[in-house]
Amino acid sequence: MAWTRDQMAERAAKELRDGFYVNLGIGIPTLVSNYIPAGMSVQLQSENGMLGFGPFPYEGEEDPDLINAGKQTVTEIPTTSYFSSADSFAMIRGGHIDLSILGAMQVAENGDLANWMIPGKMVKGMGGAMDLVAGVKKVVVVMEHSAKNEPKLLKRCTLPLTGARVVDMVITDLGVFTIDKKGGGGMTLVELAPGATLDEIRSKTEASYRTSNAL
Amino acid sequence: MQKVHPDARAALAGLLKDGMLIMAGGFGLCGIPEQLILAIRDAGVKNLTVVSNNCGIDGVGLGLLLETKQIKKMISSYVGENKTFAQQYLAGELEIEFNPQGTLAERIRAGGAGIPAFFTRTGAGTQIAEGKEQREIDGERYVMERGLVADLSIIHAWMGDTEGNLVYRKTARNFNPMMATAGKVTVAEVEHLVQPGDINPDHIITPGVYVKRLVHVPNAVKHIEQRTVRKRTAAPAGTGEEV
Repeated sequence: MAWTRDQMAERAAKELRDGFYVNLGIGIPTLVSNYIPAGMSVQLQSENGMLGFGPFPYEGEEDPDLINAGKQTVTEIPTTSYFSSADSFAMIRGGHIDLSILGAMQVAENGDLANWMIPGKMVKGMGGAMDLVAGVKKVVVVMEHSAKNEPKLLKRCTLPLTGARVVDMVITDLGVFTIDKKGGGGMTLVELAPGATLDEIRSKTEASYRTSNAL
Repeated sequence: MQKVHPDARAALAGLLKDGMLIMAGGFGLCGIPEQLILAIRDAGVKNLTVVSNNCGIDGVGLGLLLETKQIKKMISSYVGENKTFAQQYLAGELEIEFNPQGTLAERIRAGGAGIPAFFTRTGAGTQIAEGKEQREIDGERYVMERGLVADLSIIHAWMGDTEGNLVYRKTARNFNPMMATAGKVTVAEVEHLVQPGDINPDHIITPGVYVKRLVHVPNAVKHIEQRTVRKRTAAPAGTGEEV
């Protein structure tokens, strides 16, 4: 037994703090918005030019002019503001967004992240991912621990990078790691998912890491 | 000087040339200058380089100019939703230059503001930085990116007055305001055309100086790429159900 997609999102939501401005990627990260604690003020940023957005619209109330960065129809809330793509990325690049939660193909023990292209396959583009990981204060990756028995937590990424030394935390279905991306202190396993064991994580992780004393 | 033209074809008359660089506003299908794209298709100009965050979808927006093979090169951040694009790219008929989305937006903003280049952390240590000047500033590595200008920018706004002052609506703003500044000539299509003074000057996003020509596109058909809704009954907090 390990964490489900929803439980991974719920764990990622523990990184939210009152007053945070947060950008959520597509997939599991989107689910994090379902676990914002009641009473906590968290504004979600969408890099196509919107700060503060609400749930999907009721059927029949979709507005083609009101979408998120995944091109999904969303809704306005009282705190919403709109701005251009240049302003949006000024906000991101300028370090005004507190937290970015996104998916990954590979993460290395030094915080390198690869999530935008596989050589030899049709490349769709990086969208805003490179700007987000370079500019947002804290970067949390949520991903499956391994893909078809191939480890995704590596000594060095083998895929082209989205960012070098950018990841602060990785949440997988098996546990949580922190990465000292600037200090060079490497990767530390800090939590185990229920039912996951240190041995299982050891066998499915290529990266070197320390295990927190608490475990 | 009369900026308003009777239709998209007239608004582009004399501006289109083979091999030119065109910026086209929009994010996905949101806020795209659809009538102006149709007029470019009908004009048949070829070997275009197009700067746009995406490249439409099959049969809609810039996807139309792929079908007619008018585009030689795209400068974009994401082109995932387009089979024609993939086919032409894999056949070697179409070039793509990927730019990180924020770098693309800033290159356009810089170009329009007369800034030839700037340094950004985005892409440092990745293949995006290869071949570009890099510099260490205050202990961080930065990549030099160039400002972009276009022969022609085509944009979509919600409301404009006859002087070319523009207002956008919700997330249909996206790349449109920067592209308005970065075109040697900018042509805007507006859903609502009004007289000078009808828009509160405090609310104008794009001042008329940037807009050379205008066309009124009432009843613009807008497209939704990912229709996501929630049921009226169950209304849990959060983003609801995708259907």
